Amino acid sequence: MHLTGKIAGSVIIIISILAVFPSVLSPYDPEKIDLDSIKEPPGIKHPFGTDNKGRDILSRVLYGGRVSISIAVIAASISMFIGLVMGLCSGYLGGKIDTAIMAVVDLILAFPSLLLAIGVSIIFKSPGTYTVMIAIAFVGWASFARLIRGHILTLKEEAYIEAAEAIGCNRFRILFVHLMPQCLPIGLVMAGIKLGGYVLTEASLSFLGLGAQPPMPTWGSMVSMNRAYIASEPWMVLFPGLAIAVTALCFNVLGDALRDKSGLKVKM
Amino acid sequence: MVGERAQPEVIEKIRKELGADKSVLSQYAGYIKLLLQGEMGRSYYTNRKVLDDILIKFPNTMKLAFGAMVIAVPIGIFLGFIAAYKKDTLVDRIISAVSITGLSVPVFWSGLIIMLFLSLKLRLFPPSGTGDIRFLVMPALTLSLPAIATLARITRTSVIEITGMPFIGTARAKGLSVFRINAIHIFRNILIPLVTVIGLDIASYLNGAVLTETIFGWDGIGRFTMDGIIKRDYPVIMGCIIIGTVVFVLINIIVDILYHYLDPRVRLYASDR
Repeated sequence: MHLTGKIAGSVIIIISILAVFPSVLSPYDPEKIDLDSIKEPPGIKHPFGTDNKGRDILSRVLYGGRVSISIAVIAASISMFIGLVMGLCSGYLGGKIDTAIMAVVDLILAFPSLLLAIGVSIIFKSPGTYTVMIAIAFVGWASFARLIRGHILTLKEEAYIEAAEAIGCNRFRILFVHLMPQCLPIGLVMAGIKLGGYVLTEASLSFLGLGAQPPMPTWGSMVSMNRAYIASEPWMVLFPGLAIAVTALCFNVLGDALRDKSGLKVKM
Repeated sequence: MVGERAQPEVIEKIRKELGADKSVLSQYAGYIKLLLQGEMGRSYYTNRKVLDDILIKFPNTMKLAFGAMVIAVPIGIFLGFIAAYKKDTLVDRIISAVSITGLSVPVFWSGLIIMLFLSLKLRLFPPSGTGDIRFLVMPALTLSLPAIATLARITRTSVIEITGMPFIGTARAKGLSVFRINAIHIFRNILIPLVTVIGLDIASYLNGAVLTETIFGWDGIGRFTMDGIIKRDYPVIMGCIIIGTVVFVLINIIVDILYHYLDPRVRLYASDR
């Protein structure tokens, strides 16, 4: 793996640890309002400054990371799982099932992905963490399904599948015992490639107010709520945005390295 | 629409007016009938015809997308060519780093940063609003950043692939000038992947437009959709989605037709040999 891939991987590990244990480093309670120290510029007491309600930005960025990264990872897992099952069925069973699944996949991939995710998330009465995950996974599984289906089409011609059919394994067994393990690695690589994009989608949805709801901090909603202060107190917007950019960048670099290593030809 | 303390009779009256008391199927049939008559209904809030509003706002979004393309296409292709020629050198690495960063920075944030520097610090452009070219520069620039990154990446890969082909060796051996080899032999062959990406990018402009138009107060279809979504103004949402999909399909058809002119080997009709 390239050096850049390794560096990106290490940064991801650090970010993930911070996201799991935000309380270790964060100096303040992220939701505590302190009206004595509103709009303070970055300094020793508040390394990233404070916002218009006196909340410490560093603490909020750390806790926001927990929300953003867990949503991206869980959404990627759901997408991978649904995509895997759909791709397996589509590729192995063929026929009408294949046509039907691929028609849905084409439909989803033909649509501007963010608009579709926004559309899905407004179906629910109250937006929140779960609706974001569902919205991202609803759009996300399609590209997994297409990739896995292509892989299965070549795999099902292999001798060991023919042998399994010959000794009378049922379809269910062939699908989930013989074919599924062969698809897991490319599914995981694909998930790695897609994660950066999911972080950005989560941030965009919560920027638009469709993500996790206040007072829970998320990076996107911090940028959105503080953007009125961009001229006078730019740090309020600068740091949460930087957190999104750095996380997405590291995931994308890592995804690139994974793709080069695996020889997969897929879009980010 | 009626507030929190509305009388039950008022609610019932509005339900009747909107047809919400009918079954889902007959509501759907009603909408299809409306569409076939070239109408999209009226907004729940402004009571204006959705189609009229879309026709006013759509050219604005097209202006924005066109502006973004004017910035992105030359810069992206140029960076891609440079990266391909300087393959595996420092320059190539810097260009890849820049392009992967372009794909990772959220547009709503880069838009705000661009606004901070160009408008609030340097006072070059008005910070937000819809209007002439001065209003267009910053949103178009914001929207072009991810497009530049994708274009640079795809150009680099395609140029490297084509340069390795035997006919380029022949062209060199014939003693053609470097400019001629690049401008004619290589460029014509990378046009197909480039046109595909530019066509697909229109879809991502629609994605980005929702965010950029919200930030810069650009009165286009993206912000209109977003407003509709937040207010749950269903006629507006459905109208915008239908228009967006139609545009996307049209662009795909245009791209498919363009293939034939860019590369005569691609046949449009089965009989066309």
